[in-house]
Amino acid sequence: MSRVGIIGVGQSKFVRAYPGSVRELAFEGFKEAMQDAKISVKEVNASIIASAPEYDKQRSPAGVIAEYLGLVPQPTCYIETLCSSSSMALRMAYAEIKAGLHDVVAVIGFQKMSELSSMETQERMGRGGDIQWEAPFGTMMPAYYALYAQAYMAQHGVTPDDLAMIRVKAATYGQLNEKAVYRKAVTMEDFRDPESRMIGPISAPLRVGDCCANADGSSCVILASEEKAKAMCEKPVWIMGVGAASDTVNMSGRFDLTVGLKAGIEAGKEAYKMAGVTPEDIDVAEVHDCFTIAELMAYENLGFAKPGEGKDLIRSCETYKEGRIPVNVDGGLLSKGHPIGATGGSQIRTIVLQLRGEAGDIQVKDPSIGLVHNIGGVGLYGNVTILGR
Amino acid sequence: MGIQEQDTRFAKFGTVSFTALTKVNDFIDHLEGGKITGTKCKCCGRTYFPPRADCCSCFNSDMEWFEVTGSGKLLSFSRLRYAPIGFEGDLPYTIALLDYGGYKVFGRTNSSIPYEKLSVGMEMKTEVSKLANGQLTYVFQEV
Repeated sequence: MSRVGIIGVGQSKFVRAYPGSVRELAFEGFKEAMQDAKISVKEVNASIIASAPEYDKQRSPAGVIAEYLGLVPQPTCYIETLCSSSSMALRMAYAEIKAGLHDVVAVIGFQKMSELSSMETQERMGRGGDIQWEAPFGTMMPAYYALYAQAYMAQHGVTPDDLAMIRVKAATYGQLNEKAVYRKAVTMEDFRDPESRMIGPISAPLRVGDCCANADGSSCVILASEEKAKAMCEKPVWIMGVGAASDTVNMSGRFDLTVGLKAGIEAGKEAYKMAGVTPEDIDVAEVHDCFTIAELMAYENLGFAKPGEGKDLIRSCETYKEGRIPVNVDGGLLSKGHPIGATGGSQIRTIVLQLRGEAGDIQVKDPSIGLVHNIGGVGLYGNVTILGR
Repeated sequence: MGIQEQDTRFAKFGTVSFTALTKVNDFIDHLEGGKITGTKCKCCGRTYFPPRADCCSCFNSDMEWFEVTGSGKLLSFSRLRYAPIGFEGDLPYTIALLDYGGYKVFGRTNSSIPYEKLSVGMEMKTEVSKLANGQLTYVFQEV
């Protein structure tokens, strides 16, 4: 079986409010990926555009963006799985290449969240939950994740300090990432200072410091067949596994809140099996830390720690750059920011740069296999992608 | 030909309803009558809460209603101090999930219960609540 490689990656800076239109924002990530791949638009056979549509005024953004990027008349389409849209788009692009439909496919993720107020954003994201049976109670993403946090923390003896340690780690690396929206340091003292914004209440037990920042941004990943990748690229990174899964939208259907996100577990199992590797083989990982609790649960859901022992990984700093399994050393969603449709592609970019040895200040020592865990909604969709040199 | 009148009873559910048309509209009549109900498939016996019009186990759409009775175990809860647009007037409020064994119920705890009194594992029951604006909902109450 021939492989599928990644020959170019790019992303815009993630910012509070992008001073331009959606198509211009998408161009930034695409331009960087094309310059990275050193190919022309004529060599891209198809594109897949990914975002969460509730933020867009433009209907059917794929066509508008493909035109602006010079990717017409090649086929284009739109893929959406909330916050994991661009990881799912990557999986679809992988399938297109595997099926022999195309040789080179560009996956472009974007989101411009700043046109809406934060409360409007929460209302729209809340509607990524069940609008018939849950939204009438006033739900939003932090509240759903808080339900997981409350149950998980009670079961496993996890403290608010454990969650704060995740935030401190993210900020450690966010400071080093020039593409990150939040570049300030965060210390444990910030979570003890009654005046600090970090402990502002959002949805107990989650506080301001436990939540990622909304941002505007774009990302792009260019995939190629093995033959093309070898011809076009000096250091292709190979896609070893593309796991995906779903879960019930309604919390009433969830199996056990103390275990974590089942869609993440199932997607991980598929990706490991496809790649023929185990959690011990992963040298560097990007996990979906939209909230601190999500990273802690992901440690266990991906097999980096046994159930209930995720807290030990962060307490012993094993997920820092020098640790046993470095996680989110680009600042994660918490510091880098979370422009919904662009997030998965940005995570992929980080791991590709790591595997090429081009990650600069955040370079992990000589990694050969990396993993990306990207979740849509509150574990409604799960995508796990494993990459290797 | 006149415009056919639509059955929009479900628009009465919760602080803000985002759904007006559904085949399980009778749920609202049951709330009016003081009952919280789910559905059970007459063919295979599978129970659903929230109620569904169609069974995805056997593709049967002949369902009967059952009443949510007794108490359930509090699986989790969260107090919101920040709300989506349209819900600001309700703050602070607490969302929660109760486990009845055969099914789970998502909703809010009664606003009169102090947050500090809530703990994972406690027994609670589900009761109908009429809101000031005439909307209908249900809340979790101490047993």
